[in-house]
Amino acid sequence: MNLFAGLAGLGRSVLTLLAAFGRVALFTLDALSHIVRPPFYPREFGVALMHMGWLSLPVVGLTAVFTGGALALQIYAGGARFNAEAVVPQIVAIGMVRELGPVLVGLMIAARVTSSIAAEIATMKVTEQIDALVTLSTHPMKYLVAPRVLAALLTVPVLVGVGDVIGVAGGYVVATENLGFNAAAYLKNTVDFLEPLDIVSSLVKGAAFGVIAAVMGCYYGMTSGRGAQGVGRATKGSVEAAAVLILAANFVLTGVFFSI
Amino acid sequence: MIRMENVHKAFDDNRVLRGMNLEIPKGTSMVVIGGSGTGKSVALKCILGLITPDSGKIHVDGQDAAQGDRDAFLARFGMLFQGGALFDSLPVWQNVAFRLLRGSLKRPVEEAREIAIEKLRRVGLRENVADRFPAELSGGMQKRVGLARAIAAEPEIIFFDEPTTGLDPIMSGVINDLIREIVTEMGATAMTITHDMSSVRAIADNVAMLHDGVIQWTGPVSEMDASGDPYLEQFIHGRAEGPIEAVR
Ligand SMILES: Nc1ncnc2c1ncn2[C@@H]1O[C@H](COP(=O)(O)OP(=O)(O)O)[C@@H](O)[C@H]1O
Ligand SMILES: [Mg+2]
Repeated sequence: MNLFAGLAGLGRSVLTLLAAFGRVALFTLDALSHIVRPPFYPREFGVALMHMGWLSLPVVGLTAVFTGGALALQIYAGGARFNAEAVVPQIVAIGMVRELGPVLVGLMIAARVTSSIAAEIATMKVTEQIDALVTLSTHPMKYLVAPRVLAALLTVPVLVGVGDVIGVAGGYVVATENLGFNAAAYLKNTVDFLEPLDIVSSLVKGAAFGVIAAVMGCYYGMTSGRGAQGVGRATKGSVEAAAVLILAANFVLTGVFFSI
Repeated sequence: MIRMENVHKAFDDNRVLRGMNLEIPKGTSMVVIGGSGTGKSVALKCILGLITPDSGKIHVDGQDAAQGDRDAFLARFGMLFQGGALFDSLPVWQNVAFRLLRGSLKRPVEEAREIAIEKLRRVGLRENVADRFPAELSGGMQKRVGLARAIAAEPEIIFFDEPTTGLDPIMSGVINDLIREIVTEMGATAMTITHDMSSVRAIADNVAMLHDGVIQWTGPVSEMDASGDPYLEQFIHGRAEGPIEAVR
């Protein structure tokens, strides 16, 4: 009896989860399709670019520089155990560019951008601004969602690129200032070691994480419940979902790029 | 002509509309009254297609509201939302001129701004509010901006959801007169939701009272006082005693 109830409960949760995935997938396709179909709203797009791209630079830069620095210290200490301290430039480069750059920038964007999109759109929903948009013959998917998703698709790869460079630079500073590496040799090792695929994978991850971050913010905002509590739940849910999906997508993309 | 036939709408187990019938002839002003939470706003949103009814038919000029070209359908409407629903990321004048700045009714920016300022003046607001943001305005001013936005594109059909709630008596009078004017001058069809009996008398050609999910009474405003309907009487006179329970 108990087992049966447990199984039924499990089945229900799985179905709910699958249904949620389906809804998110449909929402994502819908959002992407509105990016390429007019009317377009360049002003909204411009504002989104500014918020996501330009204004995210400080947080991305700080995250990257500290991570790159710490990475250099760790690799040096770990490498020293089997006399492989010299690999610092190569491992910092690969670690930053392939993994930590995209993942950390993605997570920072989930914290900064997803939350603000979800809270803003949810508040608009709760205060009937979304209904007002519709009655003013403006499609919320086009006016609110498409510009944000497009802006994220274009800016997050750039942010990841910037994060990669700053992260590697952080490692370089620590390695040359504290660990006694030769500056020119460090740079040469970094540049020689990185393959084009490393950089491509980094930027592709950035684009994918950007879309995930923006879409989750929009989805949770548009489906928000009523009242201040609805806005709170939407914001929390959007960041959780974006963060988990970014990490899952990172795993999948890493597999796609590097296990073949 | 707007016609609602046997419209039902429930949210989970909250049965809000339970077979609502309503007819609003073209060019007339219908006022819907009823206690708060009886589903007046839901009824408006059903007509606009913002909420899909569970069953029943809604026709506007003989055309099914849920089918056909949504843009063309919505372009005929103006709506004042209960809470104003102004876009807080846009200055006041861009809120008012929203429709005139994009889409099929797009005008040059200068012209759109002029129209916005003229509409603001019509609802008793000075030009200097045009460049302020909605959050900087009082509730009553926001309401009036919402009203200006609803009439900005000179729609054929206008819905007002509690236009005078939160306004002082003088401003309520101004808004009532304005709504009356819009209906007579522009020949618009209007549906207004209100609790304010002075509004009802100032605005209405016809009155309908929504209670328990159905229209309890409807008729010309001149017959309202002698209706003999106990629900309507209780509402008009604001009595705590009567067939309408005070606890809902
Ligand atoms: N989107 C919604 N989801 C769930 N319940 C709703 C929604 N909109 C309205 N309701 C419920 O429907 C009822 C009628 O609401 P409403 O039409 O806003 O009342 P009013 O007559 O005061 O305008 C209320 O009980 C409200 O809680
Ligand atoms: Mg209402």
